[in-house]
Amino acid sequence: MTSAPGGRARSIPLLGHDTEPTLFELSAPGRQSWQLRTTGVPDRTVDELVPAAHRRRELVPIAEVSERDLVGHFTRLSHRQFSIDLGAYPLGSCTMKYNPKVADAVAALPGLAAAHPGAPASLTQGWLAVLVELEEALCAISGMAAATLQPAAGAAGELTGLLLMRAWHAAAGEDRRRVIIPDSAHGTNPASVTLGGYQVTTVPSDARGCVDMAALRAVLDADVAGIMLTNPNTLGLFEEDIAEIAGAVHEVGGLLYYDGANLNAILGVVRPGDMGFDIVHLNLHKTFATPHGGGGPGAGPVAVSARLAEFLPGPRPVRLAPGADGGPRFGWETPARSIGRVHGWHGNALVLARALAYIEVHGRDGLLRVAERAVLNANWLRRRLSSSYDVAFDRPCMHEVVLSAATLRKAHGVSALDVAKRLIDEGFHPPTVYFPLIVDEALMVEPTETESKETLMALADAFEAVAAEAVAGLLDHESPRHTPVRRVDEARAARRLVATYDARREE
Amino acid sequence: MPDYLPHTEDDIKEMLAFLGLSSLDELFATVPAALRLSGGLALEEGRPEPDVVARFEERARANATAGLVCFAGAGAYDHEVPAVVRSLAGRSEFVTSYTPYQAEVAQGVLQAVFEFQTLVARIAGLPIANASLYDGASALVEGVNLGVAASGRPVVWVSAGVHPHWRAVLDTFAVGPGHRVVEVPLDLGRTVWEGAAEAGGAPGVLVLGYPNYLGCLEDPAEARALADRLGAVLVMAADPVAVGLVKSPGEWGADVMVGEGQALGVPLAFGGPYLGLFACSQEHVRRLPGRLVGETVDRDGRRAYVTTLRAREQDIRRERATSNVCTNETLLAVTAAIQLGWLGTSGLAEVALRCARGARYCRDALLGIDGVEPLTGETPVLREFALRLPVRADLVIGRLAAEGYLAGVALDQLVGDRGDGSLDAEAAAHGLLVAVTERRTRAEIDGLVAALDKAVRS
Repeated sequence: MTSAPGGRARSIPLLGHDTEPTLFELSAPGRQSWQLRTTGVPDRTVDELVPAAHRRRELVPIAEVSERDLVGHFTRLSHRQFSIDLGAYPLGSCTMKYNPKVADAVAALPGLAAAHPGAPASLTQGWLAVLVELEEALCAISGMAAATLQPAAGAAGELTGLLLMRAWHAAAGEDRRRVIIPDSAHGTNPASVTLGGYQVTTVPSDARGCVDMAALRAVLDADVAGIMLTNPNTLGLFEEDIAEIAGAVHEVGGLLYYDGANLNAILGVVRPGDMGFDIVHLNLHKTFATPHGGGGPGAGPVAVSARLAEFLPGPRPVRLAPGADGGPRFGWETPARSIGRVHGWHGNALVLARALAYIEVHGRDGLLRVAERAVLNANWLRRRLSSSYDVAFDRPCMHEVVLSAATLRKAHGVSALDVAKRLIDEGFHPPTVYFPLIVDEALMVEPTETESKETLMALADAFEAVAAEAVAGLLDHESPRHTPVRRVDEARAARRLVATYDARREE
Repeated sequence: MPDYLPHTEDDIKEMLAFLGLSSLDELFATVPAALRLSGGLALEEGRPEPDVVARFEERARANATAGLVCFAGAGAYDHEVPAVVRSLAGRSEFVTSYTPYQAEVAQGVLQAVFEFQTLVARIAGLPIANASLYDGASALVEGVNLGVAASGRPVVWVSAGVHPHWRAVLDTFAVGPGHRVVEVPLDLGRTVWEGAAEAGGAPGVLVLGYPNYLGCLEDPAEARALADRLGAVLVMAADPVAVGLVKSPGEWGADVMVGEGQALGVPLAFGGPYLGLFACSQEHVRRLPGRLVGETVDRDGRRAYVTTLRAREQDIRRERATSNVCTNETLLAVTAAIQLGWLGTSGLAEVALRCARGARYCRDALLGIDGVEPLTGETPVLREFALRLPVRADLVIGRLAAEGYLAGVALDQLVGDRGDGSLDAEAAAHGLLVAVTERRTRAEIDGLVAALDKAVRS
């Protein structure tokens, strides 16, 4: 389909494999959706208001659609989208758990959603209370002393943490150049290290899937600013030598950075602070169930030990001494040696509020149950699937298990990607594929705690059926077949870049 | 306590038995005992949802600002967000999906982002726009990083007219790569480029706010000519609503547009999540930060969308990536696409025009008050303007809150400790930034003016 008349409300994309026209193709000159308030403000012409040198000659072309068309279009698009509300989403490393609706209700409260960020503290005491209480809860959970809520996502938290590391060493008069990262790390880690002005030193994993201690010791010296670790690591395994690692890194004057991507596994069981970490980022859109919105927003608060607190970004929301006059109880304060702002305002506030609601509903008892059931579900799947798939490191895992299609590939020519795409036709979102990079044909499965035993059984059945098809030579490279589109041509997208509708029209 | 976990006691027993374990605690056998938390987390016990909602309602009530008639802006604006936009953007398929790693089951988000990219590119007047960044400040940082990489020169001249918070964020993140950021001062709301010191070497990047944070429309042609002379990349920090009336960054010759997309359907929300806008010319596409959606076909030849030019990104390129961005603000990008669809071609211009009318009416009336002076020169303003009050701005804001108005943002609060380079402390303390959106009625404006008149006299 190259074009469709505007105003046609039909649900073809739901009922078949036809494409949904773009908003621009639905446009019909003269249609209008907007309705604005009657203000009584005196009319003035554009000429009176905007000097000729600045005035644009033509309107910015958007689209002209009725409200009914707008609703039809975006509703049909939504029907072409998988989501956690629709079914299990076992994407390893992403912690796609159910997002409780109560957090949506909290975030929609006008007293929170309509608050201007530039209003003085006396008029925003409720928001300051939310931020301070969340900071306190995150410190309790991570075992740290203080936190900044400004970073808007995990990667922003990583970079903030590296700048804290840099400020710490600079304050000691040191100019260290290297940061150590295991070969199983997320890609954001090395990218953040570069932006933090450091060089990456990679350490290999050992036969157990954990940091190779001997290799680590070999690269530790006074040039090392710190190490970034995920624990449990991206193989879903707890770094059992963490105390030894912490001792060795601290011995050369380095700091330990905790990537919180996998915190879900250890809530209430063990805290990064107790493992020896100095800087911790938390992904609220993973562990604390704030909805991921198809790729964001997230929030990546960074918590630190007491000795690093004076470097945190500012201004920070703080408790004030209670005034006898009932004056404000919360205010703002910039730490003495702050690295500066890392967000345009105070962080992704509505995401932060949702996370606090999640924490308050769960409490100390509920958060522990979250970790226990997440680990239970992952181990159940590991055990169940170990007869039909390779398990990268077949020993008790934490919240996720890394399977491998290496044998299927070698014996039957079926790749991890084929397995993933075939699972879609079984009604499941595929696991993360080809990560971590150190596992051949990786299929990284994180069921999360909110999936039931029945769902796990169905997921395991689907995995096994796909493996059986592969063994029987019945699994082709054609799946998925029942989705709005079939396998997409990624190479073509890169080769002939069409990143806007206008670029398409020029083709 | 109730929670969201489906496991029955029998489920747990069965699953543990399948694993050969006798307790949930044994699942954590690989965690060294010495490190285990004893006594549990130092948090309260869990509470049922209604208790938590009640607690949040109380917190919400403590935000007096939310009930005031809003004349505050400074990068966060009280624009109309209609029911239809909130309804569509709240669809759980958009809200509860992850990054579109599996294109076949993510065509909804991918196509919506493709439409968003098209709309941002049109607003920017530039051919390429990405799938969003965190906020305007983070977009500025990425724009500067791109400019430094493209020019090969780490010196950055930033107009002091760029939002003070954005400049603060840029300063923070310039430390890692070692950019040398030179702030070019304002004089009466205009950047004085001649004043920029070349001591640090020729700049590789120039940054101009359009309008600047005091609301003034500066002359981008001057910045473009200077950038040409110096061989620098021109980054314009532009407002997407203003572009409804004024020339786009692309028309002015900018290489990169960065911007804050909050005005496009995103609630004030105490500052986030907002929406970083990023667009650039074709020559910089391989340096683009973050995600990009491209059109392609599926194996049956049908139109399809997928994230593309992935080799720039952190999960592929790792320490050589153009940026570390992974999670962005996709839901807000989808929201902005819906809001722009609702506004349509005529609506974006209409909103910009109504803002300009309201701001002109409000500014004229406020300047009629004894002792209230303009803080900027004869530069045109659209939605926002800066005034110098005869009394401290924070006092006025406090007094007007009691009358039901959020009068604006106090300049000294906005520029903070870092100052502005052009405002002395006294001017900053008396400076008030006032924004008037299309939602403000004449009665509200008249009420603000009367209340402010009273407040500066008392």
